[in-house]
Amino acid sequence: MTRLKEALESKKFVVTGEIGPPKGVNVESCLEEAEKYLKGKVAAVNVTDIQSAVMRVGSLAISKKLLEMDIEPVFQMTCRDRNRLALESDLLSAYVLGIRNVLALTGDYVTLGDHPQSKPVFDLDSVSLLKAMKDLESGKDLAGNELDGAPSFFKGAVVTPCADPLEPQVMKMEKKIFAGAEFFQTQAVYDIGLFEKFIKEVSHLKVPILAGIVLLKSAGMAKFMNENVSGVFVPDELIKEMSVPKEDRRKKSVEIAARLIKQMKDMCQGVHLMPLGWDKEVPNVIESAGL
Amino acid sequence: MLITKLKDREEIISFFDLRPFVFKCFGCKEVYFPEEEVDRLIEDNRNKITGIARVDYLCREEFSKVYIEKVSLEIERSGGVVVFSCGVGVQVIAKLLEEKKVLAGCDTYYLNGFQGLSVQDFNCQQCGECYLNYTGGICPITACSKGLLNGPCGGAKNGKCEVNPEMDCGWELIYKRLKKIGKEEILKKKKVLVRDYRRIITEKPVVKE
Repeated sequence: MTRLKEALESKKFVVTGEIGPPKGVNVESCLEEAEKYLKGKVAAVNVTDIQSAVMRVGSLAISKKLLEMDIEPVFQMTCRDRNRLALESDLLSAYVLGIRNVLALTGDYVTLGDHPQSKPVFDLDSVSLLKAMKDLESGKDLAGNELDGAPSFFKGAVVTPCADPLEPQVMKMEKKIFAGAEFFQTQAVYDIGLFEKFIKEVSHLKVPILAGIVLLKSAGMAKFMNENVSGVFVPDELIKEMSVPKEDRRKKSVEIAARLIKQMKDMCQGVHLMPLGWDKEVPNVIESAGL
Repeated sequence: MLITKLKDREEIISFFDLRPFVFKCFGCKEVYFPEEEVDRLIEDNRNKITGIARVDYLCREEFSKVYIEKVSLEIERSGGVVVFSCGVGVQVIAKLLEEKKVLAGCDTYYLNGFQGLSVQDFNCQQCGECYLNYTGGICPITACSKGLLNGPCGGAKNGKCEVNPEMDCGWELIYKRLKKIGKEEILKKKKVLVRDYRRIITEKPVVKE
């Protein structure tokens, strides 16, 4: 059993973190930050998979590096770049390397990243990738062929709790659970009212949900997300709150994140912290939230 | 019409339980269309349908609109509309009959060098396993940038696609259409769809001149 699964089953409020592999082979500073600010402070660390379709070191390699450092990774997998053969093969490889937590995502489209000329794959999607994991666990691949040794994973998926309309998100979440999802990490939440509504809508689904917390870096970033990022809604009060001099922004950001966590603590099973480079603030957020 | 094959007999037979109206298209039939099989099917189920329209080039929206007006009473009395045509024809009828359940009777197969006869708002990739019956007559392969079969990716903002903000999110359109015809439970079905690419590679029918 993975530490993440164990933590969730113990009914403790669980915190997960996240790192993004670098663009280039200088991985030291990313690993150092994980060691310094995440190790021992979070149950597991997600490793993003070619985040935002910007080519970089792979999630599998950094997940393995984290394992070597005794940090439990959540191996993120998107369907943008690999067909089902490569996805299934990478799942087997991940298992062989000792990786057990896998998060299935569809993935941003290639034109949004730094290789807009490339071929978009999407042979599978987040739902059928979960099914592929479940099939592999049963000793067969997606095409029904027998495996010589079956892997076992703790299978995660994502959901956008503040989406409008919400119903298609809930339907897809149900589909993901049917396909094999055992835990959920969410898109960033800033509006407690919307999150509460979502939690009520999915109260019939008995899976742990970790609410997404993305550290706000400035009022401008909040406005940008409101205009451009799907399912993210930063209320005006928070934008106003972030309108402080540059030197006070980090403190304010930590304060807001900690407050959101406290407000959501009784609604869900944990939080997933996405510091977007402000890894240094993760321990401060955890402390300020009283976790 | 391009190349079409009838869907599984069992699936089609279940359509007749709706007491449907039937459209049978015979445009581009020079290519390949299981016309006799369709006729036989309709003959066998004659008493289960409210009417039939045999038309050509169903894909031409302005023509189809006129056909629909002519048979509007029979369509109104029906529990749904079954369309035997290529994927474009089905999508045109589904758009014109927004409040009706519109079902595809055929799968459209890939045909080298043949891409239809006129410019269309709708696209059919000739995938050989038509999904329109799951998605309210809106094609998830062509209306969704990622061609997703199991629901929206979550990347849409204000109903627009993350890839092209000029384009509506196909899955939001699918969701709204299904809701309109009261069939949104189709999306809740415990079924994971995975495409079978053999249909466009090794299984596409060969047309002999």
